[in-house]
Amino acid sequence: MKKMQVWLGVCLLVVVMALSGCSTTKEGSGGTSEEAGSGGVTKLVFWTFVDAHQKFYESMAEQWNQDHPDQQIELEATTIPYDDMHTKLLLALQSGVGAPDLVDIEQSKFPNFMKGVPQLVDLTDLIQPELNNIVQSRVEIYSKDGKYYGIDYHVGATVMYYNRDILDQAGVNADDIKTWSDFEQAGKQVIEKTGKPMITFEGNGNWSWWPAISQQKSDQVDADNNVTVNAPINIATMKFFQKMVQEGVAAVAPGAGHDTEEYFGYMDKGSAAAVFMPFWFMNRFTDHIPDLKGKMIIRPMPAWEEGGNRSAGMGGTATSITNQSGSIELAEQFLAYAKLSKEGNIQIWKQLGFDPIRTDVWTDAAMKESNKYTDYFGDDIFDTLLEVKDEIAPVHIREKSPEVFDAVRNKAMPEIFINLKDPEQVLNDVQAELTQ
Amino acid sequence: MNSRTWAPYGFVLPFILSFLIFFAYPLFRAGMMSFQQVLPGDVQFVGLEHYSKLWNADFRAALWNSTRYTFWTLLLLVPVPMVLAVLLNSSRMMARNLFRSALFIPALTSVVVAGVVFRLIFGELDGALMNSILSVFGIPSQQWLYSSSLAMVALVVLAGWRWMGINMLYFLSALQSIPKDLYEAADIDGAGVMRKFTSITVPMLKPITIYVITITLYGGYAMFTESYMLWAGKPSPQNIGLTMVGYIYQQGFQYFNLGFGAAIGITLLVITLLISMLQLTVLGMFRKED
Repeated sequence: MKKMQVWLGVCLLVVVMALSGCSTTKEGSGGTSEEAGSGGVTKLVFWTFVDAHQKFYESMAEQWNQDHPDQQIELEATTIPYDDMHTKLLLALQSGVGAPDLVDIEQSKFPNFMKGVPQLVDLTDLIQPELNNIVQSRVEIYSKDGKYYGIDYHVGATVMYYNRDILDQAGVNADDIKTWSDFEQAGKQVIEKTGKPMITFEGNGNWSWWPAISQQKSDQVDADNNVTVNAPINIATMKFFQKMVQEGVAAVAPGAGHDTEEYFGYMDKGSAAAVFMPFWFMNRFTDHIPDLKGKMIIRPMPAWEEGGNRSAGMGGTATSITNQSGSIELAEQFLAYAKLSKEGNIQIWKQLGFDPIRTDVWTDAAMKESNKYTDYFGDDIFDTLLEVKDEIAPVHIREKSPEVFDAVRNKAMPEIFINLKDPEQVLNDVQAELTQ
Repeated sequence: MNSRTWAPYGFVLPFILSFLIFFAYPLFRAGMMSFQQVLPGDVQFVGLEHYSKLWNADFRAALWNSTRYTFWTLLLLVPVPMVLAVLLNSSRMMARNLFRSALFIPALTSVVVAGVVFRLIFGELDGALMNSILSVFGIPSQQWLYSSSLAMVALVVLAGWRWMGINMLYFLSALQSIPKDLYEAADIDGAGVMRKFTSITVPMLKPITIYVITITLYGGYAMFTESYMLWAGKPSPQNIGLTMVGYIYQQGFQYFNLGFGAAIGITLLVITLLISMLQLTVLGMFRKED
């Protein structure tokens, strides 16, 4: 009996030791970066969920090493699937071990990382001096209590992509479409002459409605984290869009979204005359809708009234630095080099095809240089962007946002666009559910 | 101390340790987290707040979907593999080994890959496999993944395709252990095929049947990856594909509401425990052997 007690005691001790090993938080254990002594090379770990972002940072690290021979960086960049990466990061930050130095965080996930005490490094000092050169709303969405925690790759200005062939066939000139009501009229002409819908809307996504309400300075969540899904402007916008669907001017995108295989195939066959999506959607055209090369033109969105906003900044991914980094200062310098500098912003366009957040590079000659985007859409892309530069209202991304986005995407949108229920009723219901 | 005394403890130690570290401790922590608000740098006890918020529309949808799914998988994945196993066990069956492996192969496929393939099979366009099959019978194309009942069909078909082989294998192994002389005696008594099946095979298979029912029940309530992949990681419209584990994932990791996620997890544990107990009691597992 006594021996058994001894054994049980030993077992218990082992378990307790193992468990205490599991749960000890190693404060300031140096994160993942480490100085490799002799060569003076600092290792920085970077996580992203977009392969192209990884390549971009790798090229910037190479450039950095050429420009800073005494501050060499060894960038260990990894691409991890979207959900996995964000989950992994949450757990690393929550548990206090295992987070990278630099990390990409997608806009709709960002509020999760602002809960409690942010475990990301305050980048205000880095960003402040550049505020006049960048689109401010692009760092505002990654802020909490007046402090900035992330820097975006792009503005995500929403533009209208028109299929010129279809418009020509219907005798419509894209430049004559100034307001949404012009758009509806043109749409009726298109459907009459070609039998094709003017535009498609997302039936299970947020990109059709959000830019449209943002254009009118409304949002799904306000600056104080209040849910505003059923604001009058939002209801009116949804009613107008639903009316266009009922008239046949608009169709619901196959696959219920603009980022689906079904939609790409549908669009490639020239089945709809237009779509409005953020600037970053260009690479879907170049990579997935090859047959429309040379046929698509980019124009500002129609305004809701004369002189109204003709764009909206949508989507985005911030790069942040975690407080577990052992080389915060170097990581900050490198981040500023890659994302805030003029050269870095030009590279963002050249390599990623995004509208960089520094607007002073939009007029740079590099923006007209031939690449796959100018080959596809023509070289006046940035002329359109410059036209709407001051018409991009900020969006509010707050703690409640991830939940609100999901409710709008998977409850409101299918009800309104697929089941054609009354938008007012649906939005009121979603609002009630989110605020109960 | 001689080896006979400590050896048993030594041999079971790895199990006890892994049980304590990877099961008991996380379970204990999850229980504790369900009463906490867990935020980085800020953990507070909130009492029963999470549990009081639990009975909401999303939770009800998740519970309803998981229950429906479990019901249909039970209906599909117990009797059908049993009959298939009997057929494949019969010496009169042609190409037995070919069918055995053909039915088992899906079990070796990753659920993730299967989910992607099934998403294409149940696509909404006319060219998608299911819709082309429907068109042969003159039925118009369906939007499989937008309607609650059709989406359930897709999920159950995926489950059937994937687990049929495994359950069949369980039944096959149990069939091998039924003594041949029982059938011989039945033959002498002039029993037909059906009579032999209902009076010998089914009763003799009871222990394995209970086992298959238990794992299918558990698998039904634990289902997550299938629905996650079928809707490409995005929330399903009107939550038609939301399952209990999906709800834990959504709250815990997508909204970073770890405390609430833990509360859902503990509730799910209680529900599955109750249903399993009920099932085992009804099927007589706790009755003393006659």
